[in-house]
Formats: sequence, C-alpha cells, structure tokens
Amino acid sequence: MKYGIEEMKKIAKEVRKDIIRMTAEAGSGHPGGSLSSVEIMVSLYFHVMEHNPENHKWEGRDRFILSKGHVCPALYATLARRGYFDPEELLTLRKLGSRLQGHPDRNKLPYLEISSGSLGQGLSVAVGMAIGFKMDNRNQRVYCLMGDGELQEGQIWEAAMTGAHYKLDNLCGIVDVNGLQIDGWTKDVMNLEPLANKWKAFGWHVIEVDGHDIGELLKAFEEAKNVGGKPTVILARTVKGKGISFMENRAEWHGKAPTREEAEIALKELEEME
Amino acid sequence: MKSGINPGMHLVENLYGKVDKIPTRDGYGKGLLELGEKNKDVVVLCADLSESTRTHWFAEKYPERFVEVGISEQDMMGIAAGLAAVGKIPYVSTYGVFCTGRAWDQMRTTVAYGNFNVKIGGAHGGVSVGPDGATHQSLEEIALSRVLPNMKVIVPADYLETKKATIEASKISGPVFIRFGREKVPVITTEETPFRFGKAEIYRFGNDVSIFACGPMVYEALLAAKQLEERGIDAMVVNIHTVKPIDIDMIIKAAKETGGIVTAEEHQVAGGFGSAVAEVVVENYPVPVQRVGVLDRFGESGPPEELMKKFDLESTSIARAAESVIKRKKK
Repeated sequence: MKYGIEEMKKIAKEVRKDIIRMTAEAGSGHPGGSLSSVEIMVSLYFHVMEHNPENHKWEGRDRFILSKGHVCPALYATLARRGYFDPEELLTLRKLGSRLQGHPDRNKLPYLEISSGSLGQGLSVAVGMAIGFKMDNRNQRVYCLMGDGELQEGQIWEAAMTGAHYKLDNLCGIVDVNGLQIDGWTKDVMNLEPLANKWKAFGWHVIEVDGHDIGELLKAFEEAKNVGGKPTVILARTVKGKGISFMENRAEWHGKAPTREEAEIALKELEEME
Repeated sequence: MKSGINPGMHLVENLYGKVDKIPTRDGYGKGLLELGEKNKDVVVLCADLSESTRTHWFAEKYPERFVEVGISEQDMMGIAAGLAAVGKIPYVSTYGVFCTGRAWDQMRTTVAYGNFNVKIGGAHGGVSVGPDGATHQSLEEIALSRVLPNMKVIVPADYLETKKATIEASKISGPVFIRFGREKVPVITTEETPFRFGKAEIYRFGNDVSIFACGPMVYEALLAAKQLEERGIDAMVVNIHTVKPIDIDMIIKAAKETGGIVTAEEHQVAGGFGSAVAEVVVENYPVPVQRVGVLDRFGESGPPEELMKKFDLESTSIARAAESVIKRKKK
C-alpha cells in the first residue's frame, strides 16, 4: 500500500513526537539527526519500498540499510508506525532487555537489516546486497541512509567506488545533509563540499533535494529507479533537530535527550505545527 | 596407558620420513574450488590478492561468483555481510593482517555483532611470509578474532586439513575465521584423518606431558615428541585446529592424565592459542603450562625456516618447553 503525501506529512509529525517521547523517556539518545531524517524514512517505508510488515522476512522485499545507526529512534518509530510492532514498545528505547538498543541490533529487532553504530560501514553492506541481487537477476532495490558527517569515513568512498565499478543501478544512497556533527558545522570540522561533485566524480548519479519535502523525495526516488548503469545518491538537504525550535541547527542536540519539560514544549510545538 | 602415534588418526605413514610439502593456502583454494561445484551460494571475495590467496582458481572457474573489490579490505568485509544477508555464503579472502587488522571494526560490528554468515580466510599467517617482513607477517589474528562473540576460529594443521576446514566452514552458521599460511609445510594428515569442527584430536598418545598445537606447529609438536621419546619422555600431541570454540573436555582430560601442558603456535602467545588453552586450564584443572610462540615482538625479514629458528618456534623449542614443564610438575 502506498500512502499519499498529505498522509505521510501527518505520519512524519507522529514519528517526530515518538522521537521526542522515546529519547526523553530513555534520558539519552540522538534526537537531532533522528529529526532531520524523518521524511526520508517515512517516504521509503510508506511509499517507495516494496516490503511487507506482516511478513518481515519476505525474500522479495527491498532493503533499507541504516548506516548512521545513531538515528535509530527515527527508524524504530517509522517501523512501529508502519505496523511492524506496537508503538507502545518505543518507550523501551535503550532500557535493559529492550529490543530497541541504543544503536540498531538486527538480532534483537528482526525488522532491521543490519546492526550499525560504528559509522561508515553501511554503504558497503548495501553494495554487497545489490551485487547479490544482480548475481541472481533479482530486481529488488537497496537503499542506504548515511549522515553527512559520516562521509568523512574513508570506507564510504571505497564503497562508492565499488558501487560505480559494478554499475549498481539497483542501489540508492541517501545522505541526510544536515550540515552538523558533534563538534559543530561539518564545513568547520571537516569540509565535505563540493559534495555533489565528489559523488559525480565517483561515478554516481546525483540528485539534490529538500530532505523535508516528501514530494521532492518521492520524485528523486522515482528518478533513481530509472537511472541505468550507475548507482544514485540523493543529497537530502535537511535541518538537524527539524521541527523543534530550540533544537534546530544546534549541534548540542546531536546526542542529548530532552528533559521532561523540554519534551513537553517540543511536543506542544509539534502539535501546533501546520 | 596408550602411547605412540594414534592409528585412528590415519596420519601419513612416513610421518618422520620425507613428507610431501604443500602450502596451506592451496588447501583454501582447492576447498573453494570444490565448494564452487557443490554449493551455488558460495561466493568468493578478494582484495587484489587472488593469486596469493589462491582464490584465482575459483575466479577462473566461477567468474560470476567471484567479486574483486580492489585494495579495500574494510569495504570487502561489509560487502560480504551484504551478500550473506541476501542468502550467499561469502568467503572474504586476504592476508591475515588485513582482514583481522585493517578491517577489525568491520569484522566486529558489521559481521560478528550482526552475526552474518561470512567466512574469512586469512592468508600468510605467522612468519611464513618471510622476506616481506613484519608488516605482512600476521601474528595477531587468533587473538583479534577469538575475542569477538559469534566468531569461530579454525587454524588447520596442513594442506588437507585446510581444505576440509574451508569446506566445513560453509556448513557452520555464522562467521568463521580460517587461518592459513604461504609457505609449503608438511602434509601430515590424509583424506581419512578425521576433521570435526570443535573437536581436538589426539595425534600421539603419551603420559608424561601434553603438547597442544595448532597450524603447522602440529608437525613441529610431533617432531618434538619423537625427540622426547628418545630421552625417555612420553608426550601426548593434540591437534586443536578449532581454537574457538575450543575443546574444553579434551584440555581438561589431558591436563588430568599428563599433569603438564605445552602449547605451540606461530602467533603471539599473548591472547593467542596458548592463552586460550591456559584460560581453560587455570579455571578447571591447574597444572604447569608453558607457551611456545612469538614473545611480544614483531616479525622481521628472512627465510621462513630461519625465522622459525630465530623465533624459537621449532620442534627443539617445544621439546625444551616440555622438559621444563615436567620439572615444574615434579616440584
């Protein structure tokens, strides 16, 4: 079932609320990058990808690799809202015995394709899946979400080379370009620009979009499906902490949970948001 | 009390004569070739070392299932996890230093934590790469791999056992690390010699001391037992090819029967095979243990056989260690 844009906007708002509630309840976690990646994950799970919440092991599913594992609150909330598990469970995030580990564990939560948390490793796994699908002439697609700060890891560029070398047009990378990392703005910490040219030089088809505009994202994913002979990367320009006034564009919210009071203010802001 | 070579192991007849020598890496290559025929899910990955790792035999016969990734071991480890995730049985192939060193975090977080069905072939283990020197002589892989949950570790004794281990690994669920070497080493086992994953095998019965060995050091241990026999010492020799999960029952049994243990490995003793044995011994049945191996130093250039002598990794060193253990035992 494919959801419409207006429906997905509402779902994105619910996912944002979940992220605030979960991290506040946990007392730790990564709200900033979770909030910036919401529309990307909602677009994938509610419209773009072929998958089945009733049968998560369905062999014919498209694959989603979360390389920037720390934003798992956004993924957990998206999966729960999509029907993979009861959203009540979201409040167990980071607690002892929870399936919702601080960074994703595929052996605890079987709806995850990989365990991740050490940055820079996901794109290689996505490349491996895409190669495997090509070997067997399977026409599934592989999606991999990376952070922009994460692109400072060298392994990403090894995988970028491999993806182009093997002409993996069944592979689509998405970079959540929120411009911030723990120590500050990426341009100050370790400049990544010109980012589009870097990917182009590595042989990828590059699409740049507003990462909070679901319509633009859907168009980009559709364009990627029609690119032949090379992988696509979508550079999704986003705002870290998107939707919460006091979190937006503030590096300090990378890895800090809101207090109960802050969470209440944040939830109120989301409620009043258009 | 049983003594002497265990006939049930069907070792080569002229064990102490002139034995054939074949590199263990050839066993990996031939094992993959056989697997290619038997199991269509097996894929082989290589990082610009196809001839060195003997994966070129597989590549020539099954090019559609061979993935060359260039000089990028970290990427290769992740790609293997991805291939495993879509139903393949990938064999990552490179030098031991690179798969367990360069790509250790990928081996840890993506492969082992994810518990993917990835097989890792580490070539050029030990000082056998000789003239290339310390950077390429892998002396740490057993420690680096066995510390990881979900990871299994096999260090086969010779060419044939490496072939058997390579094939067996495809039947084991989850990540497996297999260590092998570059140089020709004696082939001491036969097709009939049992290879059971996780089971140590007694190659020589003995009552005075136990020598546990892995890799080509099993042959050195058998030579040491012969030297000891000439001095009236009856040594048990056990091939512990599976370093993880290690055969705890065998170690305890041997400790009880002989009262003293020597371990032999072409690897750092710290955290390696000898440490793995010692951990079992001290927790279950403490007896004197002496570890023969590389003693907290890097390798260096030289002919492999001369390096073995310089690093005290020969049979004579094992025999000396056995005598010293027996002395401690009698105190």
